[in-house]
Amino acid sequence: MNSVTANPSAQTPATTDATAVAASNAQQPPAVATARVSLPWQNAPAKLAQSLAVPLLMLLLWQFISDPRVKEWPLLKHHPALIARLPSAQILPPPTQVLRKWIEYSEPTQPYSAEQGSYVRWLFSGELWDDAFASLQRVVVGFIIGAGLALPLGLFMGASDTVYRFFNPLLQVLRPIPPIAYIPLSILWFGLGNKPAWFLISLGAFFPVLVNTISGVRNVDGIFLRAARNLGARGFTLFWRVILPAATPYILTGARVGIGVAFICVIVAEMVATNNGLGWRITEAREFFWSDKIIAGMISIGLLGLGLDTLMDRLNSYLLRWHRGADAGANN
Amino acid sequence: MTTKRATPRIEVVGVQKVFRSRDGREVVQALRDINLEIFDGEFICILGPSGCGKSTLLNAIAGFSRPTAGRLVANGRVVTAPGPDRAMVFQEYALFPWMTVWDNVAFGLQLACKPKAEIRAKVDALLAKLALTDFRDRFPKDLSGGMKQRVAIARCLALDSPTLLMDEPFGALDALTRRSLQDELLRIWQDFRRTIVFVTHGIDESIYIADRIIVMTYRPGTIKQIVPITLPRPRDPSSPEFNAIERELTRLVMEEQLRHQKDEARATAGH
Repeated sequence: MNSVTANPSAQTPATTDATAVAASNAQQPPAVATARVSLPWQNAPAKLAQSLAVPLLMLLLWQFISDPRVKEWPLLKHHPALIARLPSAQILPPPTQVLRKWIEYSEPTQPYSAEQGSYVRWLFSGELWDDAFASLQRVVVGFIIGAGLALPLGLFMGASDTVYRFFNPLLQVLRPIPPIAYIPLSILWFGLGNKPAWFLISLGAFFPVLVNTISGVRNVDGIFLRAARNLGARGFTLFWRVILPAATPYILTGARVGIGVAFICVIVAEMVATNNGLGWRITEAREFFWSDKIIAGMISIGLLGLGLDTLMDRLNSYLLRWHRGADAGANN
Repeated sequence: MTTKRATPRIEVVGVQKVFRSRDGREVVQALRDINLEIFDGEFICILGPSGCGKSTLLNAIAGFSRPTAGRLVANGRVVTAPGPDRAMVFQEYALFPWMTVWDNVAFGLQLACKPKAEIRAKVDALLAKLALTDFRDRFPKDLSGGMKQRVAIARCLALDSPTLLMDEPFGALDALTRRSLQDELLRIWQDFRRTIVFVTHGIDESIYIADRIIVMTYRPGTIKQIVPITLPRPRDPSSPEFNAIERELTRLVMEEQLRHQKDEARATAGH
C-alpha cells in the first residue's frame, strides 16, 4: 500500500557525509521491508477509532435518551410532551447506571477476612462470579456429555453404511425438535437443578457435533485412503491416523456450533430449572424490576459467550495448524 | 544396465479390465490382453494419450482395482490388495496434510511396527538424501509442488519396497522442476536399485528416464509397441539420437491421440 507515507524515515535525504550516505543506502532494502510489515500496526489507531465509533455513538445516544438529568436540560424542560416520550430509568436505565450495578454485582458481598481463604478467592466471591461459574460449569458438563455421545456415534455412522441406516431415520425425526421443546419433559424427568440443565445442554450440543462428524468421515478424500492403504494401513490404524484427522475440520466446526447452541440452552435451562447462574439471575432481576441488573446480566452472558467462542477458535487454529485455511484465519 | 533374471519382478498375464456403468449397459474396455514382464531394477515408462488405460494398468498392479480377467504377479505373489511392497507416488502427492514432513515419511515404517530408533535413523537419512532436512517439521501446505513430490518419494523409499509405482508424478509441476526431479529420481533409482513403473504422457520425459517404454493404444488399451531406450545416461534431449526416438514415439502416440479425438467428437455428436 502507501509505504511512502507509512515510513517517512526511509525517504529522508542523505546528508553530505559519505559514510552516512553509504549507511542509508545499505539500510534501504530492510527499511522498505519494515515499512510494508509495520503498516497494519501504524494504522492501528485509525482502525481502532473506526471500530469504536459506532458502539460509542450508541452508548452516547442511550445515555442521552435514558439519563434523568437530560430531562432537566433547559432545552427540554419546557417540552413535557417530548420528555413523556423518553423512556423512564426503570424501563431503560442509562449505561452509567448499568455499569454501577454491574460493578456492584461483581463485588464481594462480605468484607475480606484472612481466615476465610485467599484474597483472590475473596475477590471473585461476588454474585456475578458465582453465577458465571455455575453457567460455565453447566455448559462444559452438558457439552462433554452431548459431544461425547455424538462423536463416537457420528464416527460409526460416517464409517459404516449399515450403522448409518440403523440410526439415521430416528435421528432425522428427533433433530428438528428444538432442544427448548424438551423443557417440560426434562423437568418432569429430572426435576429441578443441574440435571435437567445438563440434559437440555447436551441435547443442544449433540446434533451439530453428530451431523458434522458424519459428513467429516464421509467426505474424507479418497486419495488419502488410497495412499494409506498403499503404505500398509488398515483397520483401526487407518481409522485413527487417517480418517479421524482428515475429518477434524468438520468435527471442530460441529463442536464450535455445538457449544454455541449449548450456551443458548444453558441460559434457557437456568431460566426455568435452577436457582443460580446467569440465566436465572436475569429472570430473578425482572421480578424485582431491576432492569439495570438484567442488562448487566445480559452483558455478562455476552462476554462469557464471546470468551467461549474465542477459546474454541484458538483451539481450532491450534488443532488445524496443518490446514490450508489456518493461517488466514489466525490473522483476522 | 539392467540385470535380467529368470523370474520377473512384475508379471502381467492376459489382463483385461472392463468398466461397466451401474445399470450394466455402457461398457468400456479399458485394458485388453496385456502381457508384460518387468524385470528387477528396470525403469519402465507406460506412455499413451489420456484414456488409454495406462493409469488403470498401474492401479491394477498397485492392487487398487482387480482386473476383470488375467493374472498379476508382483514380487512373487499374486496381487490381491494394495501393499507396501508396491509403493505408489501419486500425481496429487497424497501427502497427509495433518502430518509433518517427518511424520509423513515415517508413517509407513510406523505401520510396519519398526523399532523407534530404526525409524528415526532411516527417516533422517532419507530426508538428508532428498534435501528435505530443513523442512522436517513443516506441514505439506507450506511446501512447493516439487518439494511435496520429493516427500512423497521419500515416503515410498522408506518402505524399502522393491518396486516403485509412479502415476504421472511430475505432471503438475513446471518444466524446470520436472527436469530436476527426473534427474533426482534417476539418481535415487541408481542408488537404491529399485524397479520403477512410471506412467506418463510426456514423450520426452519417457525417453529421458526409461529403460523401456510401453506405448499403449487408445481404448481398448493394449500394448502397441515396446520401445527399448539404449542411449547412455545422462541423456541429452537435444542429441540427434534422442530426437530420432522422439519423432518415432510421437508418431506412435499421435496415432492413438487422433483415435481418441475422433472418439470424443463422435461421442459429442451422438449426445
